[in-house]
Amino acid sequence: MTAASTLGVRPVRASLLRRLKADYFSTPLNAVVSVLCLAAIVAILVPLVRWSVINADFAGTTRADCTSGGACWVFVKARFGQFMYGFYPPSERWRVNLAACLMIGATALSFWPGLPRRALAVPVLWAGLLVVAAWLLAGGAGLPRVETRQWGGLMLTVFLSVYAGALAVPLGILLALGRQSELPVIRLVATIFIEFWRGVPIITVIFLASLLLPLVMPAGWDIDRLIRALVGLAFVIAAYMAEAVRGGLQAVPKGQWEAASAQGLGYWQTTGLIVLPQALRISMPAMTNEFIALVKNTSLVSIVSIFDLLGIAQASLADPAWVGMNMEAYAFAGTVYWLICFGLSRWSRHLETSRKTTH
Amino acid sequence: MTIFTRGALGVALLAFGAGAATAQQLAPSPTLDAIRARGHLECGVHLGLPGFSFANDKGEWTGLDVDFCRAVAAAVLGDANKVRYTPTSVQQRWPVLQSGQVDLLSRNTTITFTRNATLGVNFQGINFYEGQTFIVRTASGAKKPTDLENASICVAAGSTEERMAADYFRERNIKVSIINFQKNDDAIAAYDAGRCDSYTAGIGALAGQRIKLKTPGEHTIMTETISNDPQGPVTRWGDERWQAVVRWVLNGMIAAEYLGVTSKNVDDMRANSKNAEIRRLLGADGNFGAMLGLPNDWMFNAIKQVGNYAESFERTVGKGSPLGLERGQNALWTRGGILFTSPFQ
Repeated sequence: MTAASTLGVRPVRASLLRRLKADYFSTPLNAVVSVLCLAAIVAILVPLVRWSVINADFAGTTRADCTSGGACWVFVKARFGQFMYGFYPPSERWRVNLAACLMIGATALSFWPGLPRRALAVPVLWAGLLVVAAWLLAGGAGLPRVETRQWGGLMLTVFLSVYAGALAVPLGILLALGRQSELPVIRLVATIFIEFWRGVPIITVIFLASLLLPLVMPAGWDIDRLIRALVGLAFVIAAYMAEAVRGGLQAVPKGQWEAASAQGLGYWQTTGLIVLPQALRISMPAMTNEFIALVKNTSLVSIVSIFDLLGIAQASLADPAWVGMNMEAYAFAGTVYWLICFGLSRWSRHLETSRKTTH
Repeated sequence: MTIFTRGALGVALLAFGAGAATAQQLAPSPTLDAIRARGHLECGVHLGLPGFSFANDKGEWTGLDVDFCRAVAAAVLGDANKVRYTPTSVQQRWPVLQSGQVDLLSRNTTITFTRNATLGVNFQGINFYEGQTFIVRTASGAKKPTDLENASICVAAGSTEERMAADYFRERNIKVSIINFQKNDDAIAAYDAGRCDSYTAGIGALAGQRIKLKTPGEHTIMTETISNDPQGPVTRWGDERWQAVVRWVLNGMIAAEYLGVTSKNVDDMRANSKNAEIRRLLGADGNFGAMLGLPNDWMFNAIKQVGNYAESFERTVGKGSPLGLERGQNALWTRGGILFTSPFQ
């Protein structure tokens, strides 16, 4: 060891120690709390890593290959196709992948600064995407049909989130505008809709849509049970979205309305060109929040035997070949949900900071 | 007109007349018509119960209850794979059947008076005698519930199982110590850790839980039960002919076991058997299929493609499966069980 390197390292370590001391050990109480926290982290992290990595089994195809006593990721490996696609026929899974790629492409395009006529292009792009993706997934018109009961896993979770979100955002905006409307009837309808759907637990809505609706519908009428759950979810989320957007609308200064009217703009022009763009930017964090909640709430459909990611993970536990893999199933599903939600929240933070414009 | 063509015409007329007569005798069956029109059976199953109804790694539904759906599809449509499954939760099973989303519910459902009388559903026989029983370490030597004198039994506090077990032993003046836990999982874990000599639940549930124990091979599930929960396929009220189809496919699977007909020997049996009941069952003699408005090889197809009751049982929940259940009460009435079929006469 040379003198120079010793000299180079020393000040850094000293300053690190000093900072540690200043931040975590400044008083006896702080020191005790810090040590306790550290002990708690170690107590949780060490067994977790030991279970999920060090003692875990990754290779093999059956339960018999899991001999190390830790997590049996062989189970997740054997079931990976189902966790991702449910019972979607393997020969048709390229359609799901293609739909996912299109969705990612459309998302990227929506936020591409060079997109011309954004206010018109984005809704048209997404409407087109939703139609094409629905055709890819369900089939018909040249593609073999795949019934919605064969859909499942992560693909179904994403489908429910995107489609319920796509229904809920425009509906929520309309409801928020309706609630601000000067026409009493529209205001009343919007308020009743919002208060009703916001007041009913999602689990009740899904139960009613799944169990009661088929009994009261006229014979011969049959709405797909996935669609019933989807619309139920979308209505509830729309009510929450409406309140998020209303917050944004109320934050736009009244002067903006007055200035627009003074310029001779009508209601729709004022709303569409002046107020909504500002209101939506303000409500962006709240709307992202609602969307993240929606992603997690889609897992509630598993109570009516629709096998979303959580549902299929639970259903897999009924295979006698894998009975008892509860920890692995929930750890995997939980991690995937966390990755999606964390990704969404980081992305929304990024959008907020990068697109901040002042008026 | 030659005598030949007149003969042919006569035969055609006769055949037509016979066909018309059969058609007149047959009650209309909207369910059968609907199944044929759509080309598949709609079957309601459990959304996940080890051995009875679950999707395997390939995404195929399998299990004892699923096998029955397959047998009905084979009998009606000639192909056991022409079934689409609607997985159902406890709350969903009745609405799904009542609203006509499924033709048949084959979902470990206990037959009870109130369900039959108030829900507008009929039970079409018994495909599994479920009942509460006990799991013990094989080394303990306990064979039946009354052997558990002075034993400790882990249960979930406040569960039906706790009450049933307590009543059972009190009535018989057998002293046991019942140890309460907050949840089922805790009770099983305590049993596995050796804190109790036994744990109690339904046979099917115990079979699933036994796999999770540290050494499943060292535990025995008693075959004698202390409760009576017969389970079987369910149909809606109305459409009696469809109900007869469901009932007799189940009877046919049990009869096939009784008569020694298996998926392996069914071809040979149909061609060579001298037993009149086997010949009727497989459509070699008589027109039993046609009487229900089915092809005459209905049970032949069901047995060939799915197997008799014993084959189905062993493959899904019995010795040929990870669950490893004994036949117990589910053995034929001639072999010490209570599984029974009416005759094909």
